[in-house]
Amino acid sequence: MSAAKPGPRLPRAIRNMMPVLTGVGMILIWYAICLSMSAEQRFLLPAPHEVARAFFEKGSALWNAALNTGLGALLGFGSAVVLSFVMALVLSLSPLVRASLYPYLMILQMTPIIVMAPILILWVGPGLKSVTIITFLICFFPMVVNTTQGLISTDRNLVDFFRMCRATKLQEVFLLRVPAALPYFFAGLRIAGTLATIGAIVGDVFAGNSAGGQGGLGFLTIIYSAQFQIGALFATAAVSCLLGFIFVAGVIALSWLGLHKWHDSFSQSEN
Amino acid sequence: MRQDAPQPIVELKEVEKRYGDGPLILDRVGFTAERGDFITLIGPSGCGKSTILKLISGLSQITSGRIVVDGLDPAGAVEKLAFVFQEPTLLPWHTVARNVELPLRLHGADAASRAEAARRSLALVGLADRTDYYPRQLSGGQKMRVSIARALTVAPKILLLDEPFGALDEMTRDHLNEELLAIRQQLAWTAFFVTHSVAEAVFLSNRIFVMSANPGRIHTEVRVDLPYPRTEETRQSPSYQKLVGDVSKTLRSVERLKP
Repeated sequence: MSAAKPGPRLPRAIRNMMPVLTGVGMILIWYAICLSMSAEQRFLLPAPHEVARAFFEKGSALWNAALNTGLGALLGFGSAVVLSFVMALVLSLSPLVRASLYPYLMILQMTPIIVMAPILILWVGPGLKSVTIITFLICFFPMVVNTTQGLISTDRNLVDFFRMCRATKLQEVFLLRVPAALPYFFAGLRIAGTLATIGAIVGDVFAGNSAGGQGGLGFLTIIYSAQFQIGALFATAAVSCLLGFIFVAGVIALSWLGLHKWHDSFSQSEN
Repeated sequence: MRQDAPQPIVELKEVEKRYGDGPLILDRVGFTAERGDFITLIGPSGCGKSTILKLISGLSQITSGRIVVDGLDPAGAVEKLAFVFQEPTLLPWHTVARNVELPLRLHGADAASRAEAARRSLALVGLADRTDYYPRQLSGGQKMRVSIARALTVAPKILLLDEPFGALDEMTRDHLNEELLAIRQQLAWTAFFVTHSVAEAVFLSNRIFVMSANPGRIHTEVRVDLPYPRTEETRQSPSYQKLVGDVSKTLRSVERLKP
C-alpha cells in the first residue's frame, strides 16, 4: 500500500517533535542573522519579535484586510465552482459545444488574467467586484477542464450497464457521470483552492479599492512597502500564508468528505 | 404471456452483423433456445460470441436477419434479461447493497422493495453480510458475486454472461461455477454464457456452440447430457473428461480454420 521509505521508521513522539524543533532552530538562525547584520543593513530583515510586534500593532488592519481578501477569494472561488460545474456539464453533453468552445477556453486559460485588471476597473470599478472577478477567472478554467475531463471519461462498461438498465439520460448523467467525475472535480478544486487566495491578493494589488477600509492584503502590501515597514510586510505575508492554508485545508476537507469512503486517493484498507 | 404454446425463449434466424462498412462479424447465425437452456458460446477471439450477447440484449442492433426474445424483439424484451459483464462494473461510490439495487432504482422501484430484492439476491450469492462494504473492500471473486446478484434483482428470464469469471483464479472460478448452477436450480432462467475455457463450458451448459471466426459462424453444436445438479464429482467423471477432450479437439480444428 504505502511505498517503502528509505531510512528507519521514527517513533511517533520524535516525528511530532521534529517540526517544532526545526521551527525553534529556524527562529534562532533568524536571530543570529539579524545580530550579525550591520546597523545599515538592519532594515532588510526584522527580528522575529519585531514581526510579532507588527502583528499586534497592525492587528486590526491585518484582520480587516484578511477579511476583505478572504471574502473576495471565497466569492470568486465559490462562483467559479458553481459555474464551472454547469459549464462542464454542457461541454460534456454536447460534442458540438465542446468542439466550438474548448480551444477558446484553453487560450483564455493561458492568458495571464492580471492583464484584465485595468479592463475590469473600467467595467465594474475597483474593489470587491473586480477582485472577485479576477479570482473567479483564475479558478474557473482549471475547474472546467478537470470536471469536463471527468465527465467524459466515464467507464464505457458502466455506461453500457446503464443503457442495459434503460436508464434515462438524466439518470446516466446524475447517477453515473457526475459521481464518476468527482475525483477529477476535486483535483480541480484543489488547484483552484490554492489559486483563490493568490488571485484575490494579486487582484487586490491591481484592482483593489483602498477607500474606507475596503483594502485587502494586496493593498496592505503596497502601503507597507511604500512606508518601508518591513516588520508589517512580514506580518502581512504570514497572514496571507495562513489564509491560503485555511482555503486549502477547507478544500481537502471537502474532498475527504466526498471521496474517503470509496476512492483510492484516501485509501486505508479497512478489511 | 401465452403459456399454452411452448414458444422458444430466444430465436435467431439468419442473423448478420457488421459495424459500419467493416467486415462481416456474424454470418447467418441461427439457433433456437428453449426455456431453461444453458448455452455456452466458445470460439477463437473475434468469432463474434460477445456480439451475439449484445444483439440479444439490444445493446447492439443486427444488420440483417431476425431475433425474437420471448416473443418480442430485443428492444422490447429488455426487462426480461440481465447482463453480467466481463468486469464487475460496480459503482465504486456505492455500497454493495446500493449497487445491487441499482437496476431497480433506475426503473423507479420504491426503497422498500429495492432493499428486499437486494437482500434476497445477496443471500443467493452468499454475501448477505457484506451489504455495507464498498467494492474496493472486496476480492475479485466477491465483486463478481455482487455483479451477479445485481443481475438477479430484476428477476430476469434470460441471463447473459460475457466471460464473467475470466479474470479469476481457477479455484474461485470453479466455486462460482457451482454457485451459479445452484442459483439456477432455484430461479429458472435461461443462460447465455461466453467463455474461453472448455472445462467451464462443459461443466455449466447443456448446449455448447463452438464458433469459428472471420466471419463468425456457429461451427458445431455439442450437447452435454451430464445430469444436473453438477458438482465437484462431475469434474472427476470420465464422461465429463471425455466431453472436455472432444470440445477441445473441435475448438482446435476450428482455430486451424483461421486464415
